[in-house]
Amino acid sequence: MAKALIKADSFYEIYERKDGIKDVTHYCPGCGHGVLHKLIAEALDDFGIREKSILISPVGCSVFAYYYFRLGNIQAAHGRAPAVATGIKRVHPESVVISYQGDGDLAAIGGNNILQAANRGENITVFFVNNAIYGMTGGQMAPTTLIGQKTTTTPYGRNVVNEGYPVRVCELLATLDAPVYIERVALTDAKNTSKVRRAVRKALQNQIDNKGFSLVEVLSACPSNWKMTPVQAKQWVEDNLIKQFPLGVYKDLTDQIKPKKAEKQVFSVDGLKEKLNIPMEEEKYSTSVKEAKEFRNMKLKIAGFGGQGILLLGLGMAQAAMQAGYNVSWLPSYGPEMRGGTANCHVNISKERIGSPLVSKPTVVIAMNLPSMEKFQSEIEPGGLLLYDTSLITQKPVRDDIKVLGIPATQIADNLGNTRIANMVIMGAFIAYTSVLDKQAVINALPFFIKRKNLIPLNEKAIVEGMNYVLSSN
Amino acid sequence: MAEGLKKARVVIREDECKGCGLCIAICPEGVLFEQKHLNRMGYHPAGYRGEGCTGCGFCFYQCPEPGAITVYKKGYVEEEVA
Ligand SMILES: Cc1ncc(C[n+]2csc(CCOP(=O)(O)OP(=O)(O)O)c2C)c(N)n1
Ligand code: SF4
Ligand code: SF4
Ligand code: SF4
Repeated sequence: MAKALIKADSFYEIYERKDGIKDVTHYCPGCGHGVLHKLIAEALDDFGIREKSILISPVGCSVFAYYYFRLGNIQAAHGRAPAVATGIKRVHPESVVISYQGDGDLAAIGGNNILQAANRGENITVFFVNNAIYGMTGGQMAPTTLIGQKTTTTPYGRNVVNEGYPVRVCELLATLDAPVYIERVALTDAKNTSKVRRAVRKALQNQIDNKGFSLVEVLSACPSNWKMTPVQAKQWVEDNLIKQFPLGVYKDLTDQIKPKKAEKQVFSVDGLKEKLNIPMEEEKYSTSVKEAKEFRNMKLKIAGFGGQGILLLGLGMAQAAMQAGYNVSWLPSYGPEMRGGTANCHVNISKERIGSPLVSKPTVVIAMNLPSMEKFQSEIEPGGLLLYDTSLITQKPVRDDIKVLGIPATQIADNLGNTRIANMVIMGAFIAYTSVLDKQAVINALPFFIKRKNLIPLNEKAIVEGMNYVLSSN
Repeated sequence: MAEGLKKARVVIREDECKGCGLCIAICPEGVLFEQKHLNRMGYHPAGYRGEGCTGCGFCFYQCPEPGAITVYKKGYVEEEVA
């Protein structure tokens, strides 16, 4: 039995990262954070897990928890500690991952983060410090602020008409199936404090035993922002906070749950290729590409009806250009226009680095139906190219400061026996006209974006027909 | 083997104490008190009267400062922490 209560080993002796006095925390006198830190550090010592523990500091007064804990430390964006903890735990299932969060962090900005992590049943331990206020930023209302409680943003007291009711996190999360252990405790007198100590240890033990998600809500004093002495603040937790947030165990499946085997998910490149239907053999990249000066940095918008293979055409161009050594991007649009049965995508093909995949001033517009031509021809840079399908668009383009190339792509595809390969006829016309890619580059790329291998010869034929149409009419 | 402490003992590191008074308020024996002088941070640090600590540890678990309070229980052997 321990014969002395001494500063835990899981704390640094000297807080080197901290400014000013380096052997004292930055917390206000009487702040609950310090006490909870001590209980966590003591448990890590006693369980011998300091070396494999990783604590995520939140945004809030405990943002600097990493000054003090001699463990693996990460500081996460506001409210995102559960997501960060999830990532770490999945990559390092053998580690003990602790998400330490305040009420602003966990229940306001991070409300959905904790909900989803709990619902996934991540095998992590969450310590949730509920002090009913935003401490760090100077005492604004939190989701857990009591009705009538004065804060800087509720100077007349929290009013349910304006600000709603205090959020009970344990009760909410306990409705989910996945969490294993959820308890609310309070840092007040010796009896309640020993319950906090027990809960901290249980929540950590559950993780060590691979039981799953545990969360301990700790009602805690913020004397500074409550504008009370530390002793009054403790009493206020007893008299007021506990009334709104009853203490107790809200969920405990610890004894029923079988330990889940912690498995590191390994993704092999070949396994992924197989899943995604990507050929195993790396194709030799084509290098025999002429550089058409005017099309060095091409910005394309490709548009038409859904079902015309618009997105695939863009993807194929990007794939072939990438294999030919260009920088590329492909951005399919899933905007509201999808609902009207039209589709479009943005493609960059460039010798230079691409800043944004978004194309707002295209140098090339490919229009496979009339609405697309009407919508996008005005956006084309002067001197740019409008390529359109004359079998479906009988109207003539109005711009006279751009190059225009019309091709009866759908008709040609129909003659080949399948209107759905009109997109590849367009591909052929495009490469023949711009010479940004040669035929071989596109043929090499076909297996990467045409899933059904038996369709590859037909696609090749369509490309050749599109090229021939352009070359013979020049 | 060394003999353990005959009596429990509490040690307060005045430099690390923020004078919050929580330890004083909780001590069932009333053996902690607020000192008159100020420490380097400008707080009145807690002090031990020197007699009467039972080693219950209540003060340790009230204190927010990791290193401010140490409680040695009866039977504690100094060599345990080298
Ligand atoms: C994205 C973002 N939004 C807002 C803030 C400002 N901010 C810093 S701390 C905080 C609230 C902290 O309150 P709580 O989580 O209750 O922790 P406490 O300080 O009380 O321990 C807010 C809103 C921020 N840092 N980042
Ligand atoms: S402002 Fe409140 S929560 Fe923040 S350190 Fe001070 S007492 Fe603690
Ligand atoms: S250990 Fe117990 S008796 Fe001793 S000073 Fe602390 S609270 Fe008082
Ligand atoms: S609880 Fe700690 S910080 Fe507060 S007065 Fe006692 S020794 Fe000082």
